[in-house]
Amino acid sequence: MKTDANNDTPLLDVADLVVDYRRGRTTFRALNGVSVTIGAGECVGLVGESGSGKSTLGKAILGLTEVTSGRISFAGSDITHAKGAARRRLAADLQVVFQDPYGSLDPTLTVGHILAEPLTAAGTGRAEARKAVAEMLDHVRLPADTVTRYPSEFSGGQRQRIAIARALVRRPRLIVCDEPVSALDLTTQAAVIDLFIDIQRETGVSYLFVSHDLGVVRRICHRVSVMYQGECVETGPNETITRNPAHSYTRRLLLASPVADPARQAERRRSWLGLRTATGSPVP
Amino acid sequence: MNEAASPAKTAPVSAKQALWSRYLRRPIGIAALAVFLLVVIAGLFAPLFAPHDPNFVDFALTQAPPNSDHLMGGDSAGRDILSRLLFGARTTLYGAAVACLTGVVLGVPAGVAAGYFGGLTDRVFSWISDGVQSVPGMIVLLIVAAGTGADFTVLMVTVGAFMAPGYYRISRSKALAVRKEPYIDAARVAGLTHIKILHTHVLRAVHAPVIIQSALTAGIAMGMQTGLQFLGIGTASDPNWGQMMNDGFRTMLTHPLILLWPSAALGITIAALAFMGSTLADLVSVRTEPAPRRRRRAQQPSDETTSSTGELVHPAELSALRIENLHVTYGTPHGDKQVVRGVCLDVAPGEVLGIVGESGSGKSQTVFSALDLLPMDGRATADGIWLGGQSVGELPRAKRHALLGTQIGYVPQEPMSNLDPCYTVGHQLVEPLRAVHKLSKAKARERAREMLLRVGITDPDRVLASHPHQISGGMAQRVLIAGAVAGNPSLLVADEPTTALDVTVQAEVLELLRELQQEYQMALVIVTHNFGVVADICDRVAVMKDGRVIETGTVEQIFAHPGDPYTAELIKASQDDTASRAELDAAWTKAGRTVHT
Repeated sequence: MKTDANNDTPLLDVADLVVDYRRGRTTFRALNGVSVTIGAGECVGLVGESGSGKSTLGKAILGLTEVTSGRISFAGSDITHAKGAARRRLAADLQVVFQDPYGSLDPTLTVGHILAEPLTAAGTGRAEARKAVAEMLDHVRLPADTVTRYPSEFSGGQRQRIAIARALVRRPRLIVCDEPVSALDLTTQAAVIDLFIDIQRETGVSYLFVSHDLGVVRRICHRVSVMYQGECVETGPNETITRNPAHSYTRRLLLASPVADPARQAERRRSWLGLRTATGSPVP
Repeated sequence: MNEAASPAKTAPVSAKQALWSRYLRRPIGIAALAVFLLVVIAGLFAPLFAPHDPNFVDFALTQAPPNSDHLMGGDSAGRDILSRLLFGARTTLYGAAVACLTGVVLGVPAGVAAGYFGGLTDRVFSWISDGVQSVPGMIVLLIVAAGTGADFTVLMVTVGAFMAPGYYRISRSKALAVRKEPYIDAARVAGLTHIKILHTHVLRAVHAPVIIQSALTAGIAMGMQTGLQFLGIGTASDPNWGQMMNDGFRTMLTHPLILLWPSAALGITIAALAFMGSTLADLVSVRTEPAPRRRRRAQQPSDETTSSTGELVHPAELSALRIENLHVTYGTPHGDKQVVRGVCLDVAPGEVLGIVGESGSGKSQTVFSALDLLPMDGRATADGIWLGGQSVGELPRAKRHALLGTQIGYVPQEPMSNLDPCYTVGHQLVEPLRAVHKLSKAKARERAREMLLRVGITDPDRVLASHPHQISGGMAQRVLIAGAVAGNPSLLVADEPTTALDVTVQAEVLELLRELQQEYQMALVIVTHNFGVVADICDRVAVMKDGRVIETGTVEQIFAHPGDPYTAELIKASQDDTASRAELDAAWTKAGRTVHT
């Protein structure tokens, strides 16, 4: 596994990032001075409601959206505005798993083709690519005959495994996971999260894990940043954020998630209602 | 991890193969293809099939009627019409092919680039395309004909250039749609160059519409080509249909057959192309083959032998909704598929019932049947469906649908896709009130405004005037709830009302549903996969799996003592007090394994 020469430098360092979206003549500030660091082998969670800017941060790191100001450095080098060949070289280290298990795989290609694509794009030979793909399918616990099939033949959970295999196939150092389990059934979610954890232990890859669900984040992340309206309101170790959050927004987020126990949920709902009346603005 | 083990049981066929096999199942498609192939073969092998030299002049044959040696007779110059027709097919097909090829070469790459890159590329290409469309084609063709000495290939290339905007627009809109798919972003992150992405992902998506467009373009090109030849433009030495029509036109009154033959050939060829195009377009737009149609009867007694599942706890007359032994079957090309297998459930007025299960368990199909909203190829049979203490199973469809909006309100899963983007929110709330409750426009608007205020929207006038894309997902769900409750229904059915929303909005929507349910004393049926939602709002629960109810009971009972291991598993999956990552890693290292860093 690749290691940094200097262990003090975090793998990913995002500093004071600002992203503006232009809609016609008006601009909308999606991110307003957000800073996040991720170390090697670490999983950092990014939670918040929709529109909080958490997905935008992932997109900015991946180069899928223009950065207005601030700095993103990966393994010590500045990638804020990396484009063209420089961005393509990053593909070896930086990968993605998207939320939508249906839209993220090209329906006209076989799974084998989809998984080999990142390798062949980097110039790997076909035989070698096939070997790597077989190995990755094994990693994500899918049968070997998956390669000849089409995405439409798989369930949501299976497709997400395929998307994970695609992200892993070049053995990257960081994977941006943009709500990778929120479109799945709860039991499937649990299985896919366990897969993410296993893979991290086996390969030492880092995750930036974007989610709106604190329960999911609690299970998989080492550290958590809470986003609200384009800003990072709180960052801390998992245990603190998911149990004793300091910021009232985080508390509200925590209490909004229903717990599968009628008595405790009634209690939680009362606290949530109390907090809601205290902080106002009931309409999302 | 059971979902990893069993991929869906469909045969691995490529999309392209599937399209062809589906095409060959359409009678019109086969007939059109056969006619077109016949024309192609006739043209290709004209020298073999033609009984005579198409240019040989036999004065005895001048305007001769059909006979055994000359099946279609002779033209006014004494040449064999059948032979000229066969050779003419060559010219026609060659011309159409040149025009299509030119259109594809000019239109598709430009369209794909414009749709994919957008911005300046899009503006420049669209401007050129619009410009080409605004030029009068026939005049340009005549100028080109005059300038090039009426070279046929050059003429058809010009025709193709005028066809290019058609290809351009279709490729651009398809590329524009594909551009937004996450798999294109994934390909960019995977390090693919733009050229490679266009080549592997975008061109594939454009492929089918371009073929359909070609069938139509070829027909138009043939028409234009024949028109030019009719006017005497184009090569005179090769036999062609337009020239033959001209010849026939001059003797139309005395020898109508001479005009009939080439006209029929052209008409049939163009019709075949048009039918091929429309059949393909049909197949591409509809992904699944329609199952053999059955007449839908209002209600059939359940004829299935499997035993029913679930339980009924309220007397039929006192229930708000009661479903007895429901089966739902979908007709597929591979036979019938049963998705609900004998479900019984009921809910009393003022009670909240949760139907819980994972995707594919049949929970949504169950409520769709109760509302009589199954898709066309779905078929529901039940021993009885009761609404408000009244058996509605035998009612005709129209009467059952009249219950929607008055007795039953429905809140769907995807708030955004259940609002029509073309109309304002106000229009969509007011229209049903006017149609169902016969309110005047002003009264309906007042009622809609009142309901929006009730569901917690503080500026109802702005929301009423907004289009759906101008409001958030949470707001849209509030609008739909307002619409569902506006008619004072005694039963509200909510199908995964919070699944598409994030947790903060979910809590708001659940709170709203609870308040409304208590305020109006409605019966509420809520379909969900999340036991957290059940714990929050439900009185009773029915757990579904594989189309059956595996367990029912009160919320307290189910959570305290789940009778089925599957129920226990679902409850466990909803709990947010699972071990945290720190605890998991601690256990891992304690077991003697090291965390890889």
